[in-house]
Amino acid sequence: MSRKPYIREVPKTSWFFRQPRYMRYMAREVTCIFIGAYALLLVVAVKRLAQGPDAFQGFLDALHSPLGVLFNLAVLVAAVYHSTSWFNVTPQAMPIQRGEEFVPGKMIVGAHYAAWAVVSLIVLIWGV
Amino acid sequence: MSERQIQLEVLRYNPETDTEPRFQTYSVPCLNEWVVLDALNYVKDNLDTTLSYRWSCHMAVCGSCGMMINGEPKLACKAFIHEYPDKIRVEPLANFPIERDLVTVVEDFITKFASIKPYLIPKEDKPISAGEYKQSPAELLKYKQYTLCINCMLCYAACPQYGLVPEFLGPAAISMAHRYNQDSRDGGRDQRQEVIASHEGVWECSFVGACSEVCPKHVDPAGALQQVKVASTIDWYKEHLMPWVKK
Repeated sequence: MSRKPYIREVPKTSWFFRQPRYMRYMAREVTCIFIGAYALLLVVAVKRLAQGPDAFQGFLDALHSPLGVLFNLAVLVAAVYHSTSWFNVTPQAMPIQRGEEFVPGKMIVGAHYAAWAVVSLIVLIWGV
Repeated sequence: MSERQIQLEVLRYNPETDTEPRFQTYSVPCLNEWVVLDALNYVKDNLDTTLSYRWSCHMAVCGSCGMMINGEPKLACKAFIHEYPDKIRVEPLANFPIERDLVTVVEDFITKFASIKPYLIPKEDKPISAGEYKQSPAELLKYKQYTLCINCMLCYAACPQYGLVPEFLGPAAISMAHRYNQDSRDGGRDQRQEVIASHEGVWECSFVGACSEVCPKHVDPAGALQQVKVASTIDWYKEHLMPWVKK
């Protein structure tokens, strides 16, 4: 008897709608676009700074516009989701074994959040 | 014992007569403590002897009865009827070609699994008279969870990357390579790296994490793959920045 296996094609552009876990993954991936956009904004900031005080003031004014604030808020939300989703999987990628036991995952994740809080505090104190 | 009438929608495919799969619904009187495999066995014994599916142990050890149950990769012997609504849809494991009904073609997995040399490759030959290989509990812990893999392929059915790029070596094969690489008695890492550190190897993984979520034995293939990525990256830097350092 000859074989005739049937192949089910995976829809290339809509597969992630099939499962909530695929949607969560895509959300994590899409946040990269916001992070990338913010990096571009910083490049523009440097360029404006090089063009002189007036150009830089114009850049700062644009940041304070409603659209500028909205963009920053959107990036903040995306960056928080991006960072926390990666923090939460660090115990899988970097397990720490001490003798005959693994360090609990919560401690590894917690250390990331603690480091994040400390860095944010330093930036806020020195930055303001 | 309470009984419930379940509508079992099963994807059928007969390669001799069908051009594509179709759903067939069976009405099955299920006892509350039944699993989906019991319902399939009821169909086979009482309603339709032509239904094909794989199973063996009925206790989540053999890894034969993996299938999509309401769209989720599950072992049919571990999917309790009482956790499902009155209508249960059963399909063959996703991402694998269908041989017949719920039976899939698994050669691809078997070839890939064999390619990572899933066995101990001792560092050096040792005569039997030299005694056994000793291993401490700490050394055992490093790889123990990966030994629980039963090759049920649910992780491949859950992995969208494997569905989109069939060349991908996949979660179970790379996890098993990691298992042996982590074993203090093993010296075969260099041989396995050629396969698992390749583009179709671990770098095809984008850490969706679905493999670990569906694993019926609570193995963490996603974690293993990220650890392989870290180790492979360290290898690369050592080779290119510190060529004088021996691996």
